Amino acid sequence: MAAGPLFSTLDDSAARHPDKIAVEEAASADPALAAITFRDLASLSERARDSLRRLGVRPGDRVGLYMRKSIDGVAAIFGILKAGAAYVPVDPGAPPARNAFILNDCSVRTALVERRFEERFRNELEALGPIPSLIILDDVGGGRGLRAALDREDGRDRAPAEPSSGPSPDDLAYILYTSGSTGKPKGVMLSHRNAMSFVDWCSEVFAVTAADRCSSHAPFHFDLSVLDIYLSLKHGATLVLIGEEVGKEPMRLAQIIAERHLSVWYSAPSILSFLTQYGNLDRHDLSALRLVLFAGEVFPVKLLRALQQVLPAPRYFNLYGPTETNVCTYYEIPGRVPDDRTDPYPIGTACSHLRTKVFEPDGAAVPVGQEGELCVTGAGVMQGYWNLPEQTARAFLRDPDGTRWYRTGDIVVEAPDGNYIFMGRRDRMVKRRGYRVELGEIESSLYRHPAIREAAVIALPDAEGGVRIKAFLSCREGKRPSLIELKGFCAANLPAYMIPDLFAFDDALPKTSTDKIDYQRLKELP
Amino acid sequence: MTPITNTIKDFILKEFLPGENPDELTETTPLISGGILDSLATLKLVAFLEEQFKITVEAHEADVEHLNTLSDIAKFVQSKR
Repeated sequence: MAAGPLFSTLDDSAARHPDKIAVEEAASADPALAAITFRDLASLSERARDSLRRLGVRPGDRVGLYMRKSIDGVAAIFGILKAGAAYVPVDPGAPPARNAFILNDCSVRTALVERRFEERFRNELEALGPIPSLIILDDVGGGRGLRAALDREDGRDRAPAEPSSGPSPDDLAYILYTSGSTGKPKGVMLSHRNAMSFVDWCSEVFAVTAADRCSSHAPFHFDLSVLDIYLSLKHGATLVLIGEEVGKEPMRLAQIIAERHLSVWYSAPSILSFLTQYGNLDRHDLSALRLVLFAGEVFPVKLLRALQQVLPAPRYFNLYGPTETNVCTYYEIPGRVPDDRTDPYPIGTACSHLRTKVFEPDGAAVPVGQEGELCVTGAGVMQGYWNLPEQTARAFLRDPDGTRWYRTGDIVVEAPDGNYIFMGRRDRMVKRRGYRVELGEIESSLYRHPAIREAAVIALPDAEGGVRIKAFLSCREGKRPSLIELKGFCAANLPAYMIPDLFAFDDALPKTSTDKIDYQRLKELP
Repeated sequence: MTPITNTIKDFILKEFLPGENPDELTETTPLISGGILDSLATLKLVAFLEEQFKITVEAHEADVEHLNTLSDIAKFVQSKR
């Protein structure tokens, strides 16, 4: 396997630069308490490993992670990996019911949970069946919360230290849950080989060094975090954690990028748009920034142009790839965006650790210049969906020479210069702030409201190249809920980025000749 | 409801709750935690407050701590004048 198990990214750097700062927490009130060296991070992760093992965690197990982004979270992740288990990070901002579903779905052996989430989470978990024992952290920050929780678990004597497990390349490193069209999130299983082959490709293209200071903007349940965490640690760079709340405040973000001298930035385009429009970027010294990477959705060209105007110096890369493969194609923006360009930039060419090909729906290869579905094969492709053998089988196709290709569901066309142009989605999935949203999952959620009889959700383009989500509802006799009540209901069941922007009501929704909801007609309504 | 609160209420109804019955939006209706104002909407609200009431909102004040209900927002605006 490439360079060893995923945790070697930490351990190798701990051997080379033990006293260098590995991770900082950007928003901490006290800078002295919010940083950790490579040596200390490695040793805290080993304590976590030993305690997890004593709790019964064995190679191949899953361990949940339900806490705000912090040094404690990073150490916990490495502890889980070193115990030979896979970590399952959940969104601390999502409803506890959704997180309970996820951690129950993959039968976690245990989970590290922050105290503030514990009560509601336990209640939801208990409703699903017998719950595993949980490790509760009173707080997070600087690694102290994790240390205190491990002290409590250990009691009088520390768990014995045994060397880290040596996983084989196809053993799972993490499971990332993503929106599912049937209404339930599905777990994408990623192995050590999947992760390391991707990280090694990143090393090749981005040439990160120990002098770099890399952002961690994406939450740990989003696959952008794989580049952030492992690429930074692998090269002895400093990872600067940007927490959930600060991550949405453009003025504070701009301040952090400047004050922390970040040299590498990676996020969804919508955050960059926020920064451009509301971050007062011209008030800050951003000269340390050398790389701006964006992924997750299309970056509207006029917004990229506006960003470059304020921030001309860095190299800009458009990265594309579903959670199932992490980044699989990439494209470097060539110099300055011309004033008259309106077409979005290509998603580019295949990363060196993968191969890509465009297929017809029937599995035939498509000639250059014709549209088709982008498919991927190679070391970066997922092992499958957790406990969903049919969905997993449907996600792949075999070509005549026996190669297994992952079907991205994205329609592309190969341009004469060899770059892929993104044309649209095969099914009912859209991107909102970089996150995957299955319109069907929003519908399922709305159906749970007692007053709603029918629900149909569509995505409409908005003026800035993004989407607005509109829900059409028909309600039971005389029981129409207020918009406020509906939004509150959605906020209790769905993550923020999945809450519809608009609601429309009717006595009944339009149907096709086969009695299915007529989505085409709904899209055409004024 | 004070004139300040009414002005803010009208803005929120017009921008973010088109078609809603105004009586549903009370002084204590949770706006951010209740899914009515997402992060972009909150920024638009801040821009409105700065323009309308001639105040300056700091970066760390544009959040659920300061702006979650009509009552919170009115109180916040008053404190800035």
